[in-house]
Amino acid sequence: MDRRDAAWYVDRVAQGLIFAGGISAIVFIVGIFVFVTKEGLGFVFGPLQPGEFLTSIAWRPTSNNPTYGALALIVGTASVTGFAMLFSVPLSLGAALFIAEFARGKTREILKVLVEMLAAIPSVVWGFVGMSIMNPLIIRIFDVPVGLTVLNAGLILGLMAAPIMTTIAEDALKAVPDSYREAAEALGATRWEVVVKVVIPASRNGLLAAVLLGVGRGFGETMAVLMASGHAINLPTSPFDSVRALTATIAAELGDAPVGSDHYGSLFTLGILLFVVTFVVNLTADLVVRGVGKK
Amino acid sequence: MVDAAAAPERADGSAFPLYEEQPLVEVRDLVISYRGRPALRDIDLDVYRHEIFGIVGPANSGKTSFLRALNRMDAFNPAMQVAGSIRINGKNINDWRNEYALRSRIGVVFPLPVGLPLSVYDNVAFSPRLRGIRRKARLDEVVERCLTRAALWDEVKDRLDSLGSLLSGGQQQRLTIARALSQEPELLLLDEFSIAVDPVTTMRIEDVLRELRSEITIVLVTNLVQQARRLADRTAFFLTGELVETGVTEDLFEGKVKDRRTTGYLEGRFG
Repeated sequence: MDRRDAAWYVDRVAQGLIFAGGISAIVFIVGIFVFVTKEGLGFVFGPLQPGEFLTSIAWRPTSNNPTYGALALIVGTASVTGFAMLFSVPLSLGAALFIAEFARGKTREILKVLVEMLAAIPSVVWGFVGMSIMNPLIIRIFDVPVGLTVLNAGLILGLMAAPIMTTIAEDALKAVPDSYREAAEALGATRWEVVVKVVIPASRNGLLAAVLLGVGRGFGETMAVLMASGHAINLPTSPFDSVRALTATIAAELGDAPVGSDHYGSLFTLGILLFVVTFVVNLTADLVVRGVGKK
Repeated sequence: MVDAAAAPERADGSAFPLYEEQPLVEVRDLVISYRGRPALRDIDLDVYRHEIFGIVGPANSGKTSFLRALNRMDAFNPAMQVAGSIRINGKNINDWRNEYALRSRIGVVFPLPVGLPLSVYDNVAFSPRLRGIRRKARLDEVVERCLTRAALWDEVKDRLDSLGSLLSGGQQQRLTIARALSQEPELLLLDEFSIAVDPVTTMRIEDVLRELRSEITIVLVTNLVQQARRLADRTAFFLTGELVETGVTEDLFEGKVKDRRTTGYLEGRFG
């Protein structure tokens, strides 16, 4: 009876393939990290002056006397992402609340599909919207000379981050058992009271994770930000200033930087910075979802 | 068919002691259907003040649907339609424009205990807070009184701040009873409350219910016929969506029934 039949071999092979698939995520992330660090570390421990990198806004890698001040790029990314979250978080959480708690039947199904479609729009198309629709609109409405600004890139980025935040926040709300809602309503709570006093507290971790993933999305976005932000090295003092993002800088300059040069290394240093920030944000989101640090 | 409007008579001809002209709950021609298929047909019954009204019957007989209709919980389930009339204190429940206010006067205990993801204290203070009670001293008093009446106070008084969902099953069920009492309800609906509760706790809860009878009216749905016998003043027997009969509990158990199926079920010959 103890024969290794076809089912046994299929089971073995399937297990092997699934294991390879599962482990590949780790292989790739470690591989990317090793590659980015390898290319950047030579610069970090060589010509890089940490003081200049973090406090100067002079990013002149191709000048005869090159300087590598990344402050404006860091602030650019932070301001665009921050502005995006400012308007995207309420929008997304509101949308998730509506879909999960108030919409019924067809409305809800249609909304879910539309939100998911929003996530599928390529970022270059968003950039296009930023350049050719938002740009003239901002110039006209606010009577400013340039429309490719923190405001423009922030709005575009906010719209781009909204679908993922909405979907994850909705999942978190849906994970709250209906029995809680029924129990609270049976106590005489209105729908709104149920949402505020029971559902949101119960799904707090998931909602926070949704926001963090949105932030991670914002930090990493490149093309749309490159197109909509104006791509000008500048410390912004208002939403109507153009800025330049870390990601956009890498995308725009890497093709022109000779492999192995200081310029090349400096761009990889920006990459390490981005990698570390998004990694920390995503890891935090993940830990929050799992409820680490919960009392 | 039971004429629900008439005074219930005991088998020996004496009048049922709790009979009154205007019952707390009057149900007439109630039909409940799911997606057009009736689950409960032509229910007529009255529940008198300060009685424990038992509802027994096998699964799928419509007991839970009946309870859900009483405080308009049918709104949670779009597939559920309720026709006919239910009056509480003489007022049709569909005439309440604010169904939340109606629900706040009716306590419900579900089959599986639902400790809201809040502290023990906040679970019990939930309903009073909805009613606008803010003063800490007042809330403390309500919480202690309700937990004491639900026979839970001594076990949880030192950990009112811990999560209600961390209590044991039996404790959680008493917590939901305390929570229902905190509504100061006129009517308490219990749906098979002892499913997830051990026998000792069940007996303690039954004692609590007997004491509560002097203040509130209780409708008790149960699949344990002996529980109905221990607790209910009158009992209704539901079978596959039909109200077979309503009678004084002791009479039904002594075989003084109008329908043989009742005796068959109560004696455990089917069900």
